[in-house]
Amino acid sequence: MPEALDPSLIALYVFVLACFIGYWVIWGVTPSLHTPLVALTNAISGIVLIGALLVAGDPQAGLLVQFIGFIAVLLASINVFGGFLVTHRMLSMFKKKKK
Amino acid sequence: MEFTVNHQALAYLVAAILFILGLKGLTHPASARRGNVYAMLGMMIAIVATLLAREVQSYGFIIAGIGGGAIIGAIVALRIQMTAMPQLVAALHSFVGLAAVLVGIGTFLHHQTLGLLNAVLMGEISAGVVIGAITFTGSIIAFGKLQGLLSGAPVKFAGQHLLNAVIAIVTIALAVHFAMTGSLLSLALMTLLALIIGVTLIIPIGGADMPVIISMLNSYSGWAAAATGFTLHNNLLIIVGAIVGCSGAILSFIMCKAMNRSIINVVFGGFGSDGGTGDSAGAQAAEKGIKSAAVEDAVYWMEDAGRVIIVPGYGMAVSQAQHALKELSELLGARGVEVKFAIHPVAGRMPGHMNVLLAEADIPYDQVLEMDEINPEFPSTDVVLVVGANDVVNPAAKEDKTSPIYGMPILEAGRARQVYFLKRSMRPGYSGVDNLLFYQDNTYLVFGDAKDTIEGMNTALKGGGH
Repeated sequence: MPEALDPSLIALYVFVLACFIGYWVIWGVTPSLHTPLVALTNAISGIVLIGALLVAGDPQAGLLVQFIGFIAVLLASINVFGGFLVTHRMLSMFKKKKK
Repeated sequence: MEFTVNHQALAYLVAAILFILGLKGLTHPASARRGNVYAMLGMMIAIVATLLAREVQSYGFIIAGIGGGAIIGAIVALRIQMTAMPQLVAALHSFVGLAAVLVGIGTFLHHQTLGLLNAVLMGEISAGVVIGAITFTGSIIAFGKLQGLLSGAPVKFAGQHLLNAVIAIVTIALAVHFAMTGSLLSLALMTLLALIIGVTLIIPIGGADMPVIISMLNSYSGWAAAATGFTLHNNLLIIVGAIVGCSGAILSFIMCKAMNRSIINVVFGGFGSDGGTGDSAGAQAAEKGIKSAAVEDAVYWMEDAGRVIIVPGYGMAVSQAQHALKELSELLGARGVEVKFAIHPVAGRMPGHMNVLLAEADIPYDQVLEMDEINPEFPSTDVVLVVGANDVVNPAAKEDKTSPIYGMPILEAGRARQVYFLKRSMRPGYSGVDNLLFYQDNTYLVFGDAKDTIEGMNTALKGGGH
């Protein structure tokens, strides 16, 4: 049987390659949209929500753990909803000159 | 059909692609809104794919959490004033940080109950909890400084760096101990110390460096998410965390470069404060050989000008002058004057802050130019109107080798035929450096609140001028 690859090593692969993608994508962002960029990255870093869902959603873990998960879900959701909405609000303000 | 982990992984891949395309949309204002929609779609797919997973069995807490978060998030997002964006962003960063801490601790307790702990997992939990905790308290301090709850002045004391280093080393030692033994006490102490590091790391950074702090904490919140991804072996969290982390790091780099300072210098050598005296501006100015001018003088030269460039800074945000500026640019435009806005990368309290405020006032983005685009145009410009900016137009950055801001790239406003500086008082800029532009022959200071002054100009222009 072939030797199994450590899953943490695969995670490291994914991490390093994603850093490269981030590097190239972010350098392409126009400076005039840097505030929406911060707001949007803020919204998508609310992705910790899916970690929080796993903690809050397993009744086997006990009520305390589920409650900790609940607070995390709440905070991450504020980020997701608040972040996307405020980004949308800002971006709708950027208009071209009327010809 | 059952929803397996493989289905979930595929859904996460789609979500990751949508996030990347979403950020790519920000390459241009025209594609940006579509980008935001892509990212929202990605988030929706990610959430649904997680809820369908076998681990998620009870939905009570989840529905309450998401519902509550949606309501709070929506209210805040719709009510927040654009001038307060830096505070909002700081607050949201702190939530990501705290959520990462809670997910880390929750995962530990969960896996402990199930008997699934191992050293690698606990090492990953440590990383997530520590980075999350630093992001949490660091962002709270940044929020306090931005909201004016804490002084913007850098807080420094002897042995500060030594203390930070000691706390950091003890934290790492506790993390190692925790990974090896799974001791709850080590986890708790480690979290506590990381919370303290967040405070001591941000408190010595001055108010002038807010754009860097915001970018740095943006970056930390990304790394916290990535570390959580390692804990949960969740590739989507790792991908998103890495990209957000990179984004914040790149923004920090851009901000530092725009101030000609290294990140080390910003983090450890805080300068800038809210301080300065505000006594009789006119008298102080005269003493120094500075000319002041009335609103009518500025209007007289602007209405016959070929080109006027407006340089906004944080002072514009403070006095909410952007809407008055929009009117001014239209009034001048109607008289055939070409009006442009010049933005320095570190103008305001966060990257791109000025662009959003001008967009809020309905000023078309093609009228708003970045430093490199606009600098060649200053020599052929009749009037420059500086509204609440200071250091970013200070020629000392080019001419005075002893100046603390020497080497910082500036907007070359001083090369225009005339410069009108709207100022409340003779207080120096955030860097505390005297502005050489004030003493130039072609520079005039107009004292007063920026908004009132510009509204005065608008009234004069509407009245037919001279």
